[in-house]
Amino acid sequence: MATLTYRDALNQALREEMQRDPNVVLMGEEVGVYQGAYKVSRGLLEEFGPKRVVDTPIAELGFAGIGVGAAMGGLRPVVEFMTWNFALLALDQIVNSAAKMLYMSGGQINMPIVFRGPNGAALQLSSQHSQAWESWLAHIPGLKVVAPATPADAKGLLKSAIRDNNPVIVLEGEMLYNIKGDVPDGEHVVPIGKAEIKREGSDVTLVCHSKTLPVALKAADQLAEQNVSAEVLDLRSLRPIDESAILESVRKTNRAVVVEEGWPHAGIGAQLVDIIQRDAFDDLDAPVQRVTQADVPMPYNKLLERAAKASPEKVVAAVRRVLYLDPSPQP
Amino acid sequence: MATKVHMEALSPTMEEGRLVKWTKHEGDAVKSGETLAEVETDKAVMELVARADGQLLKVMVQEGSTVPVGNVVAWIGKPGEKVDGDGAGAPAPTPAPAKPAASEKAPAPAPKATPQAAPPPSQAPAAPADATRVKASPLARRIAKESGVDLKLVQGSGPGGRVVKRDVEGAPAPATAPTAAAAAPRPTRDVRRTDVPYEDVPLTQIRKTIAKRLAASLGPVPHFFLTTDIDMERAAEAREALNKQLGDAGGKVSFNDIIIKAVALALVQHRACNAWFQEDHIRYWNEVHIGMAVAIEDGLITPVIRNADLKSLREIGAEARELANRARNRRLKPEEYTGATFSVSNLGMFEIEHFTAVINPPEAGIVAIGSIAPRAVPDGERIVVRRRMRITMSCDHRVIDGATGAAFLRTLKQMLENPLAMLL
Repeated sequence: MATLTYRDALNQALREEMQRDPNVVLMGEEVGVYQGAYKVSRGLLEEFGPKRVVDTPIAELGFAGIGVGAAMGGLRPVVEFMTWNFALLALDQIVNSAAKMLYMSGGQINMPIVFRGPNGAALQLSSQHSQAWESWLAHIPGLKVVAPATPADAKGLLKSAIRDNNPVIVLEGEMLYNIKGDVPDGEHVVPIGKAEIKREGSDVTLVCHSKTLPVALKAADQLAEQNVSAEVLDLRSLRPIDESAILESVRKTNRAVVVEEGWPHAGIGAQLVDIIQRDAFDDLDAPVQRVTQADVPMPYNKLLERAAKASPEKVVAAVRRVLYLDPSPQP
Repeated sequence: MATKVHMEALSPTMEEGRLVKWTKHEGDAVKSGETLAEVETDKAVMELVARADGQLLKVMVQEGSTVPVGNVVAWIGKPGEKVDGDGAGAPAPTPAPAKPAASEKAPAPAPKATPQAAPPPSQAPAAPADATRVKASPLARRIAKESGVDLKLVQGSGPGGRVVKRDVEGAPAPATAPTAAAAAPRPTRDVRRTDVPYEDVPLTQIRKTIAKRLAASLGPVPHFFLTTDIDMERAAEAREALNKQLGDAGGKVSFNDIIIKAVALALVQHRACNAWFQEDHIRYWNEVHIGMAVAIEDGLITPVIRNADLKSLREIGAEARELANRARNRRLKPEEYTGATFSVSNLGMFEIEHFTAVINPPEAGIVAIGSIAPRAVPDGERIVVRRRMRITMSCDHRVIDGATGAAFLRTLKQMLENPLAMLL
């Protein structure tokens, strides 16, 4: 067990998987000589050489397509996008080629490819570079989507993603790369599709993933001061999603607040609300509340950006609503 | 569009209300939250408040008339706005035998040249169901079903009165009014020969509720009765001494206060009698809340002295007087007359020597207190005169067995015969 940053945990997963399987290759903008825009691929070019660590032109659709072809030919490519905002250009390859190949070939052609990179907002990158795409990606049958929030989960889920025979989207975060945590050495694999309770509680379930885990944990601390015991459930995988873990927790607490980085309309939270209302209806004591980014393009202004993002304060307010702690508004 | 004002369910058991007085009149400006009218429910006179801002456009119900919960009693809207008098008002809701009025309702067949010419779509009949429907969270519904609680009797604390988990867990306290015995003198006149042989008096809201609830007690609840005779000599001396001590400080201690305190303390030692029967389980209470039957004009009500075991005689006395006063003025809030774990009914002041009281479900017991009067009792070889009091406990046999009730009564008797024991 070592204390690593999220960035180094990803680096460790890449290195170990490239050592383990010579078919694993890494490609993307600046992954080689520059060692990655966020230094996730540090040292890999030196260790594995330019045939396995490939610097690409600034052409997302092109290199995503090369990755898809390489996967069809038997390699296990890891395609890095400098951010998922740029990956929009590659969506045709991801959605129409990678996600469909197994299905359209009648099960003959596997697609063992990983698309990874930072997702969502950092700080003051404005509206075009501050977008959380998980609901778009998790929408697509044929894709798997993971969104680790801790260094240990980052390592374990990236390893699972590389070993999976299907296209797996790994959503990282610029604001996560520097966080530190204990990471098991060597063979540490987190199964795709398994959520984890990051904090136990009894009064309300906070369902979160990726960058909203720290938000939810902070809210849980504040709630504890108000004698509210919040359970924090980190989804970790968004497709497949761990329905039984969600339901088990909500059945215990009878109330849920779902916290996500993206916009409200047709977001991940909408899917969670559907699962909860359908299969835990009789266990609910209040309508599920959602905390999301404000339904606007992300503002550049620092204060407006802060106001637009999900925050512990917004989570606490939502929890007070599901617990009926504040005076009821008149009907 | 103008907003309807419905007769609202202002108590957990209210099904209809009598409009006592309009405090706002047609043409008055009203604000959301302002009192529009006073309404007599089955329990008390309560305020009906506005749920919208605007002008009180039209009053549909005259003072003195009784209207089912959910009916439209008035309209609030912009000055000059027209409202439909479409029978939505008083009294019966008549759920309009769906008149499809094809010409009006038909989904616009084709773009009409002059849409204005079309008759205005007929106002949908007021949906009284909305105001009477119990709003409850799915979880609260499930808990209520499993524990046999009637959601209609539960006061919801969520938005719009939604019943939520804490409300059904906090216990459903089917509202008040037990003890036929404690019924007050009827507010009717003395019998006097006149030219009419009888007078028909319509049932008031509270009398209807009493009738319903008492029938729901004596029938299904298997009562049995235990009577004991208590020497009140020492309690009387203690009371005189205490009141002397208090002097003019006010807040004199009454026998009733002493009895309530003794009952509460005896219950602490006999939790088996401090219980509710709940269909598939018995709820033994760890708190002692004493319901105190109070005679009011044309009925009775049982305000609750909460945690009576923990309160001093003076506190009990002050609270009992205050609650009784407001009960007589019909100003009790629902939470002040629900939730008792055991009740006391006292007819001593009417010189009733002995009576039996009707249990107020789901409570499992009630004691009926007779008068304190000097009586000749043997004292060894001699006969002495002592102040004595007879009390009778009614027990719900589903919860309390004979010996259980008797043990409680023995403790109560010991406490009253030796009031110092209450200090233990």
